[in-house]
Amino acid sequence: MTWVGQPLERVEDEALLRGRGRFVDDLEPVPNAKHAAVVRSALAHARIREVDVSAALASPGVVGVLTGEDVAALSRPFPAGAESPVPYFAAAHEVARYAGEPLAVVVAESRYLAEDAAELVVVDYDPLEPEEREVHERSFSYGEVDEAFATADLVVSERFAFPRWSCTPVECFGVIADWQGDSLTAWSNFQGPFSLHGVAASSLGLPGSKLRLITPPDSGGSFGIKSAVYAYVVLIGLASRKLGMPVRWTEDRLEHLAASAHSTGRVTGVEAAFAADGELLGLRYDAVEDVGAYIRAPEPATLYRMHGSLSGAYRVRNVAARNRVVLTNRCPTGLNRGFGGPQLYFALERTMAVAARRLGLDPAELARRTLVSEFPYRTPSGGLYDSGDYEACLDAALELAGYEERRAEQAAGRALGIGLACVVEPSISNMGYITLAQTAEERAAGLPKSGNAEGCTISISPAGGITVRLSTTPQGQGHRTVAAQIVADRLGVEPGEIEVLSELDTSTSAWTIASGNYSSRFAGVGAGAIAAAADKLADKLAGIRAHLGEDLSLRRVAGTAHWNPESLPPGMEPGLHATAYFAAPSLDPPDGEDRVASSASHGFLVDVAVVEIDGDTGRVRIIDYVSVHDAGRLLNPLIADGQIRGGFAHGAGAALFERIVYDEDGTLLTGTFMDYVCPTAPDLPRLRIGHRETPAPFSLGAKGLGEGNTMSAPAAIANAVADALGMDDVELPLTPARVWELMQA
Amino acid sequence: MKPPPFRYERPETVEEAAALLAEHGDEAKVLAGGQSLVPLLNFRLLRPAVLVDVNRVVGLDRIEGGRVGATVRQSDFVGVPLAAQALPSVGHLATRNRGTVCGSIAHADPSAELPLCLLVLGGSVVTTRRELPADDFFRSHFTTALEPDELVIETVWPEGDAVAFEEFAQRHGDFALALAACSVRVEGGAVTAARVGVGAVTDRPMLLDLELEGEPATAETAREAGASAEAAVDPPGNLHASSAYLSRLTGLLVERVLTRAFA
Repeated sequence: MTWVGQPLERVEDEALLRGRGRFVDDLEPVPNAKHAAVVRSALAHARIREVDVSAALASPGVVGVLTGEDVAALSRPFPAGAESPVPYFAAAHEVARYAGEPLAVVVAESRYLAEDAAELVVVDYDPLEPEEREVHERSFSYGEVDEAFATADLVVSERFAFPRWSCTPVECFGVIADWQGDSLTAWSNFQGPFSLHGVAASSLGLPGSKLRLITPPDSGGSFGIKSAVYAYVVLIGLASRKLGMPVRWTEDRLEHLAASAHSTGRVTGVEAAFAADGELLGLRYDAVEDVGAYIRAPEPATLYRMHGSLSGAYRVRNVAARNRVVLTNRCPTGLNRGFGGPQLYFALERTMAVAARRLGLDPAELARRTLVSEFPYRTPSGGLYDSGDYEACLDAALELAGYEERRAEQAAGRALGIGLACVVEPSISNMGYITLAQTAEERAAGLPKSGNAEGCTISISPAGGITVRLSTTPQGQGHRTVAAQIVADRLGVEPGEIEVLSELDTSTSAWTIASGNYSSRFAGVGAGAIAAAADKLADKLAGIRAHLGEDLSLRRVAGTAHWNPESLPPGMEPGLHATAYFAAPSLDPPDGEDRVASSASHGFLVDVAVVEIDGDTGRVRIIDYVSVHDAGRLLNPLIADGQIRGGFAHGAGAALFERIVYDEDGTLLTGTFMDYVCPTAPDLPRLRIGHRETPAPFSLGAKGLGEGNTMSAPAAIANAVADALGMDDVELPLTPARVWELMQA
Repeated sequence: MKPPPFRYERPETVEEAAALLAEHGDEAKVLAGGQSLVPLLNFRLLRPAVLVDVNRVVGLDRIEGGRVGATVRQSDFVGVPLAAQALPSVGHLATRNRGTVCGSIAHADPSAELPLCLLVLGGSVVTTRRELPADDFFRSHFTTALEPDELVIETVWPEGDAVAFEEFAQRHGDFALALAACSVRVEGGAVTAARVGVGAVTDRPMLLDLELEGEPATAETAREAGASAEAAVDPPGNLHASSAYLSRLTGLLVERVLTRAFA
């Protein structure tokens, strides 16, 4: 039996459906932890004259208060991926730079008492004007860009704004912190990347071995955002240190929407040069990225994550980009499903749709003439597209959507809009891509960064029981189910016989700086590490069996390894415990010409959106949505489709509903779920999914697929609405009111 | 998101409840289903010193012939055709299982469905002191004619004539961007009585005088009434929509409810 590739139901679900999941707020790893409430800045930008905590300290049940002044004294600024003139601490001291920024932490016997006391903290503000500061600029040019534009028959020049939006997991951030002596143990629903463990340890002034970070077995979703909880690991850790007792904090929804993390807001100018036959000759980007009040690690990574894919799915050799980062008085940004992809593809795929219209070509025909067709394919900016068959994927999507028939209906007068998006979905980020924020000379002076490795440990008990210990910090993706499938194949047992542990403990787990759950890396390197550890044990079991000369049961071999090491083959290490690491190939550091393979693997998807617009209300109705993916080999098709549906929900949210809005004063206007509008299940159209499987050339051949539709759906839906309205200028989100206003224009 | 401290009282008779309200005046708030009140407490937007929980008060959970007691849940509210059309849009199933009909009336959210329905049907509110027509009960945003020591006992819901309800929200179950309802009598092809109301775009549910009596019950009349309604309201724009859009939606929904009621 081959278990990989089977649509096994998730082993995680029964506990979750029965309310028996173990989330951070359920844990009581240390007794008598006190409860924290965070006092936050009411203003977007203000000098803090005084934070008076005397009344709060006198409030019932209060055990102490940590202030921004304490934070400044007890910790160091967090390091980030680019130089910033504004140091970032876990709480503000002299200047508050966004509404919701922590100013103090009140700790009490209960959260109720802590919130009562937090209200009594008196902050004396000296208001400042909100400001925007450009803090980073880099320009890149690959090929002969100016020459390409000089010979073009058509140059499309457009400007696209991608609004801030967010992830909105059901479970918000949580931290339990226990400072003892000179070390901190923290339980938190952190998701990685574990490079940020080092960032937190650096701020605390601790060597990594003194910051023991433990993730709970279950997480109520993340979609990227919980990478940012590390700042609160530091904040609550410092509260525990100052007060000499364990402290716990569970973020509420108001805090989460205001002050956890948002996606970046990006304005992108695009110029695209075409020959009359549709050949894409050159691309120029001019991107301005709002990262909020601080450059918080791993930012400005959103701007660089897609660097190897600036040319998208298209055969173009001449590409230029200017990247600028602007600090604003808004919530700092961070990981958000798609991470840079939605911003890039909204600009690129809208540009392709505009170009098709101006060239007099159907968008599908323009795509067909332009898609990358040979693999592996090296992009101008250094990306290495490992495998694929893009045209076949396009054909499959057009067929599934009934594209020709839809165009015929449209030609016959039905008021439809049809939108296409062709998206290369990178997975397994190169840890070195962020160093593109530095010049080649600056990089040469430091430690080169590259790769993306993962670890896994598997042990077999004396009675033959198999336990797999992951370092992939799942947040609902079903890693435990898939890990059991992989190990079952390699050790010749049933998946149900395998225990898979999802907790990561930085003191005992087999992790690396790249560990965690981001950049859709599980299917590639997570699976690779699991398979490598299982293979080590399979080899050892085979060695024992060969030595003993009998076809012994697993139980008997395991018993021998534990109970009777004298009978093992000469020189064989006793025990049955294997740790293995796996790294995806071809992830070198950026080269001297600023080229980087920013990701190890690249799936591909083609989406077709068909919409009707209610002429009375402006409501966009998606009457069909098709997505055909090539994510390499599917490890579990059931889970794969679930991931695709989730990514689509997130992308459709950006297309039609979601955006974070601040007023001119920097006040957040979308601070509750009444005003920050996310789609719920009934608000989403049916998604029809197709698959092709072109294996990745490493690991089990699987590629990431959970972020692609978050990248594609905003572009595909906007293209469909633009097509329906016959307009180029459409902005996200395409709410009824906004579409109605466009129709009046 | 935890409420500030409050004292909790749980009377078992109307008299005890009324006495508690008389004792604490505007320091007290009545808790019924809690689907609006509890979030407001958790946001610390309301700080009552005393919560008077009326869920155990004997006799308030009765519903009989259009008389709906103070603790009757929205999901148990049957028998009034206009309300039956509106109820699926009132929050979500889970909130309707707990939220009360009278609580929604007393909360007086201008974008809520049930206050508009009660007004259009010409219903009334019975309190510990008096019976108030809906039109006199609703004053402004979240503001009613209720005195601090006055308790809603029941609401009275006439059946209405030909009724229709429509609302437009960004998502199902959201607070409406605009809503409209009507109850009209048509005799011999002509309108002989009409009550048409709108919400969300006004500071309270509002009846519109569209001078429909004597007009033919036609699509054309409905369209003209919609245009009149659009002109009659002047809502402020908000985060989600401009003033012009909200006015147009209101006109559209008025046209739609009349078209359906005429059919």
